[in-house]
Amino acid sequence: MENVYLTIVLAPLLGAIAAGFFGARLGRRGAHRATIAGVAVSAVLSLWVLARFIWGEATVFNGPVYTWLVSDGMRFEVGFLVDKLTAVMMATVTFVSLMVHLYTIGYMADDEHNWPHGALSGKNSYQRFFSYISLFTFSMLMLVMSNNFMQLFFGWEAVGLVSYLLIGFWSTRESAVFANLKAFLVNRVGDFGFILGIAAVGMYFGSMDYAEVFAKAPELADEQVAIFGGVSLMTLIGILLFIGAMGKSAQVPLHVWLPDSMEGPTPISALIHAATMVTAGVFMVARMSPLYELSETALSFILIVGASTAFFMGLIGLVQNDIKRVVAYSTLSQLGYMVTALGASAYAAGIFHLMTHAFFKALLFLAAGSVIIAMHHKQDISHMGGLRKYLPITWLTALIGSLALIGFPGFSGFFSKDAIIEAVGHSQLFGAGYATVLLTVGVFVTALYSFRMYFLVFHGRERMDEHTRHHLHESPWVVTVPLVLLAIPSVFIGWFAVEPMLIGDWWTTGDWSPIVVAHEHDTLHHLREHWHGQAAFVEHGMHALPFYLAMAGLALAALLWWVLHAWNPRIDELLQVFGGPVTRILQDKYGFDDFNQRFLAGGSRNLGRMFWITGDRTLIDGGMVNGSARTVGRLALRFRQLQTGYLYHYAIAMIIGLVGLLTIFVTL
Amino acid sequence: MSFDAANLLPILPEIAILITASLVLILDLYLKDQDKGLNHSITLIGLVIAIGLTGAVGGGDAQVFFDGNLIRDPMSDLLKGAILIVSVLTFIYARPWLQDRGMLVGEFYVLGLLAVLGMLIMVSANGFLTLYLGLELQALALYALVAFDRDSSTGAEAAMKYFVLGALGSGLLLYGVSMIYGATGSIEFAPVAAAVAEQGISNKVLVFGIAFLVIGIGFKFGAVPFHMWVPDVYEGGPTPAVLILSSAPKIAAFALAVRMLVDGLHTLHPDWQGMLVILAVLSMGLGNLVAIAQSNIKRMLAYSTISHVGFIFLGLLAGSEQGFAAAMFYTIVYAVMSVGAFGILLILSRQGFDAERLEDLKGLNDRDAWYAAMMALIMFSMAGVPPTVGFMAKLLVLEAVVRIDMLWLALVAVFFSIIGAFYYLRVIKFIYFDKPADDAPALLTSSGVRFAMSLNGLALLALGLFPAALLSVCQAAF
Repeated sequence: MENVYLTIVLAPLLGAIAAGFFGARLGRRGAHRATIAGVAVSAVLSLWVLARFIWGEATVFNGPVYTWLVSDGMRFEVGFLVDKLTAVMMATVTFVSLMVHLYTIGYMADDEHNWPHGALSGKNSYQRFFSYISLFTFSMLMLVMSNNFMQLFFGWEAVGLVSYLLIGFWSTRESAVFANLKAFLVNRVGDFGFILGIAAVGMYFGSMDYAEVFAKAPELADEQVAIFGGVSLMTLIGILLFIGAMGKSAQVPLHVWLPDSMEGPTPISALIHAATMVTAGVFMVARMSPLYELSETALSFILIVGASTAFFMGLIGLVQNDIKRVVAYSTLSQLGYMVTALGASAYAAGIFHLMTHAFFKALLFLAAGSVIIAMHHKQDISHMGGLRKYLPITWLTALIGSLALIGFPGFSGFFSKDAIIEAVGHSQLFGAGYATVLLTVGVFVTALYSFRMYFLVFHGRERMDEHTRHHLHESPWVVTVPLVLLAIPSVFIGWFAVEPMLIGDWWTTGDWSPIVVAHEHDTLHHLREHWHGQAAFVEHGMHALPFYLAMAGLALAALLWWVLHAWNPRIDELLQVFGGPVTRILQDKYGFDDFNQRFLAGGSRNLGRMFWITGDRTLIDGGMVNGSARTVGRLALRFRQLQTGYLYHYAIAMIIGLVGLLTIFVTL
Repeated sequence: MSFDAANLLPILPEIAILITASLVLILDLYLKDQDKGLNHSITLIGLVIAIGLTGAVGGGDAQVFFDGNLIRDPMSDLLKGAILIVSVLTFIYARPWLQDRGMLVGEFYVLGLLAVLGMLIMVSANGFLTLYLGLELQALALYALVAFDRDSSTGAEAAMKYFVLGALGSGLLLYGVSMIYGATGSIEFAPVAAAVAEQGISNKVLVFGIAFLVIGIGFKFGAVPFHMWVPDVYEGGPTPAVLILSSAPKIAAFALAVRMLVDGLHTLHPDWQGMLVILAVLSMGLGNLVAIAQSNIKRMLAYSTISHVGFIFLGLLAGSEQGFAAAMFYTIVYAVMSVGAFGILLILSRQGFDAERLEDLKGLNDRDAWYAAMMALIMFSMAGVPPTVGFMAKLLVLEAVVRIDMLWLALVAVFFSIIGAFYYLRVIKFIYFDKPADDAPALLTSSGVRFAMSLNGLALLALGLFPAALLSVCQAAF
């Protein structure tokens, strides 16, 4: 099996190398064929691996592939840990990635128009884009398949790097460069916590290997660390690692980079900034469940951060007019749901929502991309409307995606989201009440912003200009086929996966269980005890509060749209009518961006300038670097004159050396 | 002494080299000028056979033979192999230069092979006298090689300096040997070691002798202050002779040091450690500092050699098995780097033109990107930049020094190697960031040379990425 796993990881890497280094020679077609072939191989093998786990023949693989170095007894290795958790992630990542690869053929077909004429960086941009997304797939697989913290960190940084490259893909646009810099810097903050967490693991456990660390964790459960007046080791590690997750999975207050990342091309918004990379934090916490179960403080922290993200970011989605930003805020909110689930120890529910969300959110993004193609790269929903009849496939798939997102009973999102709300409701941790209220009200908000966008884009008056309307037509098959292929799991995956993933002990293979839940934290057991099949769950969901809230949100969205449609006031005016100050706060995104921009970015720039002038320019450059270089140069010239060229001088030097050694060492 | 298989088998590599040298010597008389290439082929075949024989008779525990005069042990196997392989590269690189100048004659090969023979004997020596004989055989052949270009006055001057100073060095060494003999009554290493252990370190005659031995070793390595010959000989001698001189003899010099100081006088480690510390610090300091001021690349490489010798001494002076293994690793790696660097100079040279100035490397990347990459690898490795093997070599000797609690010495070494990085990186700057001169002659286009140089350069990278193989062999030798 080791070879299969290696192939899964390396096939996308080979594709990326081919398209990246030999893109000019391969041409556009060669590049997309090479990368799609690589990812397809990965996807097929990953699905096969998952199938083997589902139908029971597979065993957990945990072993090193290559030992990089051993230092003081700590092994730094490349290795794989493949269990059911990994298999689910691998299948999700590679499948969505494959869809996005296909879609990209259509989306990036005219990429040369996105570059200034004759720009050097625009050369072979099509091949480069394929190379990047394949490289991303490789990095993400390294991350999820890792069996040790070092490789986890490698994958973590590698996906961050690719994300950076892709957000700023159109590097001649100032806004794109700003956005990728922002994403990079904000992630740095998170990664700093993450690496401190890994260092703490290394320091106290003396190992980078998951299995060894997890096995030793119970022994160290009561260990205290003497910082901040004494913290439990597990709390420290848990919170530090989670700070990394907050950066990568965009949790408040490190969420600010994600909406800006929409400057990147839409396929990567779907792949990286919705379906896969941003869920790395969720995956990581689930993977570390044996550690998190030992610290209720860390779990409470996660719970509160997650719930705040879920609710408050959803609210911002209400006032956005850029089609991609609406979906981006929706992603933030849904990530909040997943994280809250983790905080309530419902890791299985978090991962389940991660998977369903990957499908329907990728679907929504790609549908948004399809709309953007049709609209000639205009993204403002206030200039859309009535697109249903021009883009029938996009319309239908977007509707499916939206229904899945709001958790309409029967759709995939329904199962996962209801399970999360239920689990959080049963949590006894500090902050669980707060989280339950926010998540439940969040359902209403989700429905409202989703269908506000849906109605504005696909129904009502056509508000685009004449030229655009004239050219409206459905996207090519490379765009619509991925939409349809993603719509299928968006509808059905919940129905099929809910029972194995949430009920029973499906996660456990042999005596290895990737998800460990302490008995007193087991918030999913109510669900398990009252489980009477999917139909009953749907039936029950129809009478529950979240469903009424979702319907209320949908109804309000329809009402607003109807008001707009019938009366035709301008959207901005409408918003002003519905509560000016609140809207303004939401439009300012609670002031996070302004605060960061003014105090953090401005402050560090000033600090940096100060250090540069006094430290760098005066002391280091002037005194140390140039000063020492001058000294060395002078010495060199002086010593050089020792070499006179006269034989007798040389002989004398030897004799002096002899006398020197004799006088120093022979003491009579 | 009897000439039976038990005595002859272990020295088959030496015998093969001797036969090859004799064959070339005789055959050369009958070869027409256009057939002189045959000398080259025979030499290479002889060397390859010797490599094979080294492998065939090598392995296993130490064997002493020829009445205790010679020894074959894991260290001699490895060092012989390294000397022979480096020599193969040397002769391959040297040939086009010789051919261009009509100097492809038997003498070069005979002298070269005799020098190799001398080195092999040094490596296999089990007593002071055998060691000295090997040393002189090698040295005499090398003096003649430096004077090989008879019409060159700088060559003659260099050879004269080398010879006179070499004679002085040999004399001092021999005087030291006589002291050791006087104090212990033996010239074989094992009895000397036993006698020294008995007398302890109180005997001043022994310490007196050691000072002379260390000077001899220092001279052969080219350590400060016995280094004066190095820059003048490197600059003045014909490049192929310098190529031979700068690489394999350092491996032999390493054997010289280990055989005398470790096999014979390990008990007196506290005494010779102090001497080596002085030589090491002076060599690293002076070598790196003065190299910066050089505009002649052969001279720069001469000072670079001196600084590398300082690093090799670091490993030796640690006096631990780990230190010896590190020094051995460093020496072999150094020989491979040095042969590559001079090889590139030969590749850049042409009839009537010797690449000697740093400027001659300008824009090498535009002229031949592959050779430029190889030279860059060599320079990175010499500077000790990972992932090249030069980094591993430096790391290992520094580790050995830190292990014996001489942290200050490791810091000194790191300090000077930072200074040293400047002139290596300057070469890379010339190669990649400067434009070639308009009148730069075309590069050599021999596929054999290109192949050898590729192996040479890539070996530095491969050994750096996977150092375990060579390192474990080095560790097994002690």
